Amino acid sequence: MSHADEPAGNRRDFLYVATATTGAVITGAAVWPLVNQMNPSADVQALASIEVDVDGLEPGSQVTVKWRGKPVFIRRRTAEEIAAGRDVELGDLPDGESRNANKPGDADDANRSISAFLDADGNAPEGAVEGEWLVMMGVCTHLGCVPLGDAGDFGGWFCPCHGSHYDTAGRIRKGPAPENLPVPQAVFISPSIVKLG
Amino acid sequence: MAGIPHDHYEPGSKPEKWLHKRLPIVGLLYDTLMIPTPKNLNWMWIWGIILTFCLALQIITGIVLAMHYTPHVDLAFDSIEHIMRDVNGGWAIRYMHMNGASLFFIAVYAHIFRGLYYGSYKAPREITWIIGMLIYLAMMATGFLGYVLPWGQMSFWGATVITGLFGAIPGIGESLQTWLLGGPAVDNATLNRFFSLHYLLPFVIAGLVVVHIWAFHTTGNNNPSGVEVRRTSKADAEKDTVPFWPYFVIKDMFALLVILTIFMAVVGFMPNYLGHPDNYIEANALSTPAHIVPEWYYLPFYAILRAITFDVLFLDAKFLGVLMMFGSIAVMALAPWTDTSSVRSGKYRPSFKWWFWLLVLDFFVLMWAGARPAEGLVPTISLIGAIYWFAYFLVILPLLGILEKPLPVPETIEADFDAHYPPKDASASAAE
Repeated sequence: MSHADEPAGNRRDFLYVATATTGAVITGAAVWPLVNQMNPSADVQALASIEVDVDGLEPGSQVTVKWRGKPVFIRRRTAEEIAAGRDVELGDLPDGESRNANKPGDADDANRSISAFLDADGNAPEGAVEGEWLVMMGVCTHLGCVPLGDAGDFGGWFCPCHGSHYDTAGRIRKGPAPENLPVPQAVFISPSIVKLG
Repeated sequence: MAGIPHDHYEPGSKPEKWLHKRLPIVGLLYDTLMIPTPKNLNWMWIWGIILTFCLALQIITGIVLAMHYTPHVDLAFDSIEHIMRDVNGGWAIRYMHMNGASLFFIAVYAHIFRGLYYGSYKAPREITWIIGMLIYLAMMATGFLGYVLPWGQMSFWGATVITGLFGAIPGIGESLQTWLLGGPAVDNATLNRFFSLHYLLPFVIAGLVVVHIWAFHTTGNNNPSGVEVRRTSKADAEKDTVPFWPYFVIKDMFALLVILTIFMAVVGFMPNYLGHPDNYIEANALSTPAHIVPEWYYLPFYAILRAITFDVLFLDAKFLGVLMMFGSIAVMALAPWTDTSSVRSGKYRPSFKWWFWLLVLDFFVLMWAGARPAEGLVPTISLIGAIYWFAYFLVILPLLGILEKPLPVPETIEADFDAHYPPKDASASAAE
């Protein structure tokens, strides 16, 4: 180091900076637990995945179950509902993403449903219709209300809070909600039991 | 404390002198109570005292209610019924607390619009105005937190919708929302912390109120003429003012009695008129009420939140609605700087009056729109109402100051007062 770039600060400056830095770190360390205590506690985080028995659910009906404090819609769609969902041009959808944790991709109807149970030979149970199972969070993507079933301009769901309309595949079609109803991780572990999470 | 010349406290007796040397607390109280107050204040200047009363009422009834309330999802709803049915006089205390919140907001809106009409926000009272806006925000937060505690359907779903606002913030929104709720959804952790914060915030408000009063005791009160009290001499100041005690204390107490008569009639005969029947149904996470409405005092801003139903550039409708809602209060806080008129009181501003009353009408139209389901014409009306709200503060107030020709303003407060109440002895009080 030459004389020209001798450090400008003296011992006193160094002490100021060192004290202030130490003080800031200690304050931060003291405040952090007070902030962090508001994050989800261990019992809330210990959210086991749940298994839902959908045996006997007729086409055109749905069950609502509570999972992670929120409602999940499990609907067995009718052939008409599936057809209505497949009739829609992708370009007409405000949200083009499938929002399906199991099938990422376009928001076309096939990507919104979850697959039926397949046995060891890869066969679906008798009477199963491709794309009939729709499983999604019953939480409007606008501000979190629970949409009402069999309602709205598109024959699917309607959120009473701020007027969002979802179609028969749970895709947003009209209103303030920005996204399709999200499909959580869900898989059939037997012909009639679906596992969430 | 005040910049207006006046007599200060002089300790008389020996004990008073002894105390004053060590802690001048009597002097502080004396100067606060004897503050020279413009003698032309009209009935719109009663709301400050009404608000102070409301804060005291809410704190006292609230502390009592907390002795009987249980902040747990399994017990909260029942503990409210326990207060209503079993606790001695519990129903009266709870109904006073419930309707006390409504009185608080009626008074604060009257107080804010009074300030907007008479230009109380203008220099040198900007700090008073800003503190007032902070108090208003803290009141809204307190009211919201308190409404969740009975754990009815509106409590639960109101909490879900409002905390969802934070989830709309791009990037950090989701983790912020989880942090606020203490879990993925409104649940026991949420109820507990809301109770804690609902208890805390009123004391924050009390602290802010002290600063609010301190600020306008430093600048002096505004008054209907908008003309400043003369500070040239004590004699001049005394021609424009009378001491707060006893003159305005008596006047304010009379106003408080009239208002309390109406208030107690509501508490006694129609205590649930301003509430919502759905809140007497216990919270259920699996069923949303057909029509979620916030309490009446949030409706105008709720309408602004819902007014945005379209995306602009990269901002989605949800986030824009949130920005608009908070922005509508932020632009109000900016009024001291966006209002360019040199005349303070709206009484002497012929065009301003029209725009001001249109803003009042806009406030009620938005309140109406916020209470209706978002169908038919309601979103359009909300959007027009929201646009006018912003235009008033950001376009109309700046332009009016340039375009408007104000009427002549009285020379002094004394002259304004004498014009209304001609002095019996004309020679004694001619305007100087």
